[in-house]
Amino acid sequence: MSNTQIVLSKETLNIQSCIDWVMSPESGGIDVFIGTVRNATKGKSVLKLDFEAYEPMAISEMEKIAKQAFEKWPVQKVLIHHRTGLLQIGEVPVVIAVSAAHRDAAFDACRFIIDTLKQTVPIWKKEAFEDGEVWVAAHP
Amino acid sequence: MKINVLAFGVTKEIFGSSTVSLELTNDATIYNLKYVLEQQYPRLKQLASYMVAVNNEYALPGDTIHERDEIAIIPPVSGG
Repeated sequence: MSNTQIVLSKETLNIQSCIDWVMSPESGGIDVFIGTVRNATKGKSVLKLDFEAYEPMAISEMEKIAKQAFEKWPVQKVLIHHRTGLLQIGEVPVVIAVSAAHRDAAFDACRFIIDTLKQTVPIWKKEAFEDGEVWVAAHP
Repeated sequence: MKINVLAFGVTKEIFGSSTVSLELTNDATIYNLKYVLEQQYPRLKQLASYMVAVNNEYALPGDTIHERDEIAIIPPVSGG
């Protein structure tokens, strides 16, 4: 699909090239969500995050989300880039960029994509603290 | 039939390996698989939840497993 770009990457995500990819002369606006590694969870200092993906399924689930976004809103291009591996505080694990003729569609689709990604895409992160490591959301 | 089960995240630690081999009856369902796994690895029951994927798609408890299917345990996801 030339209107969709899905990438899982071990390398640093290039935000500008994500924005450039969704830009087109027909677009009236681009909505971008950039996830960043936060230095604390529930008041406890986080040192770094380690992301693991079930790669073929993660790609296919992200493709499904992009397809749903096109079905729900008049958007022009959808890009989802996600990192794997070790990320330090302030690094970027995810970039979502959506272009559309009008901003409402771009905002709504971008929010839908990140919210759904967090629920369905088989990617996991392990938080490293001073005193140990925890797989996020694994236990109640 | 013998099947291999892929593990990720916390389940890799519970299994002590990124893949485990199991013996199931030929018409086994996802429900049967989860039962066998939970007998062998009781810590699975302490997870908030977990799903099973068959050939890269989320499966339902009643779905049947076939030999050579790619089976994966999907603990609660936390991407983004």
